[in-house]
Amino acid sequence: MKPTGRTALLVALHLSALYPLAHAIWDYHTGGLSANPIEDITRRTGHAAIVLLTASLAATPARRLTGWSFFVRLRRPLGLYSFFYASIHLMIFIGLDFGFDWELIWLESPKKRFIVAGLAAYVILLSLALTSPKYMVGRLGAAWRKLHRMVYPASIFAAAHFVWLVKGDKTRPLIYAAVIGVLLLVRLFPWTARSRGS
Amino acid sequence: MKRSARYIIPSSQITPENAYLTRRSFIKSAGLAMAAPGLALGAAGEAAAAKARAVEDPTLYSEIISYNNYYEFSQEKTAVAALSHDLVTDPWSVSVEGLVKKPRKYDIDDLKKSFGAEQRIYRMRCVEGWSMVIPWDGFELGRLITEVDPLPEAKYVKFTTLLDPKQMPGQRKSYFAWPYVEGLRLDEAMNSLTLLATGIYGKELLPQNGAPVRLVVPWKYGFKGIKSIVKIELVAKQPVSLWMNTSSAEYGFYANVNPNVDHPRWSQRTERRIGDLRRVRTLMYNGYEKEVAGMYKGMDLVRNF
Repeated sequence: MKPTGRTALLVALHLSALYPLAHAIWDYHTGGLSANPIEDITRRTGHAAIVLLTASLAATPARRLTGWSFFVRLRRPLGLYSFFYASIHLMIFIGLDFGFDWELIWLESPKKRFIVAGLAAYVILLSLALTSPKYMVGRLGAAWRKLHRMVYPASIFAAAHFVWLVKGDKTRPLIYAAVIGVLLLVRLFPWTARSRGS
Repeated sequence: MKRSARYIIPSSQITPENAYLTRRSFIKSAGLAMAAPGLALGAAGEAAAAKARAVEDPTLYSEIISYNNYYEFSQEKTAVAALSHDLVTDPWSVSVEGLVKKPRKYDIDDLKKSFGAEQRIYRMRCVEGWSMVIPWDGFELGRLITEVDPLPEAKYVKFTTLLDPKQMPGQRKSYFAWPYVEGLRLDEAMNSLTLLATGIYGKELLPQNGAPVRLVVPWKYGFKGIKSIVKIELVAKQPVSLWMNTSSAEYGFYANVNPNVDHPRWSQRTERRIGDLRRVRTLMYNGYEKEVAGMYKGMDLVRNF
């Protein structure tokens, strides 16, 4: 890929990753949030987190498909943006939705499987985010690669979280889960386009 | 319009709508931190928001008509109002039939004329953990049932919503077994709290709220309040509601508001009043225990959820 193409891709990545946040702030100030604003921003941030996580999973298959190793460089920012939205999502749940009422959170959460799945996904994303700086890659060596494969279970937890929290018609979360499933399954097949360099 | 004061929220607590519109903007600025990237809702902001709107104040009309669960139109609450805007609610008729001596098809205008409307301010608790306080206009369902004269075999009342995929885009999806059906035990239907509503805040019901006529059962979760009713049948057997049919483990026939009976997704211990950021404790039977608890005496409320 040409350098200009890379720059364009990176700019597009940052713009689209920041768009949900900008949109939420805009809607807040223009009255565009629903009558239940906490629920609204909870859903928006959760949605952004799972979409960005899915996009990060697509980086490796995209490289294999095209041979452009540059795609792999998008994994880190996509993963970090996903973590960013997941963090806001969790903070809204704890701080705004439950008003830091830890007793109530403790009473409610363990029984709700979607909360357990969401928290599991978040704990993994947190550990991946903390070890994402470049110097950590060298320091942890082989352990880093192993640790960062945990993004696979994290994405499964995230998909389960979404499927389990929707009532009634689960078509939409099931489509997300299917996309994640496909992105995980293609990794099992050994097809690889030869690297054409970065 | 007749106003009955005996129902829970004294009318002295009702604020004229324009008076809390200004409070509302206050809440908005107090909650500003919410949208900031830092996301810390300051303790001061929270306290201010809490003070701004008493928890039993009626929900704003603008909120009541813009935040709606009405899957016949959309699963997105904020999309319902626009999608339902053109629903034809006049002409409309409601057929009251089944195990009755005098079955009758009521034209909606006749129904409104012969039964009139009184204001009842009720809490409405959604199973999803949010709630509103709504000044309904309507009449007691019991009066209508008495008029058609139920036979002794009639034990339950079954309600059916309009089935019209042309007007109701959600019904084009086959995930749910349309039309929407709900049911009450006959004594529940005859309870004086149970209302057929035709208006809100003195205005005609809008389609997103179930125009032209809907059920209001304030001690039950909101989904029991079936909208845009075309048929009311007196039956011998317990009807199977749409939600029971969809997910029987989550939605029972009774669906009485009960903070002690958990739902797999939502907290039933607490709820958030629309317009307020805090959670408040959910009350047994949504606060109507005195009026309705007698009907469920000796019943296992965990099994009969």
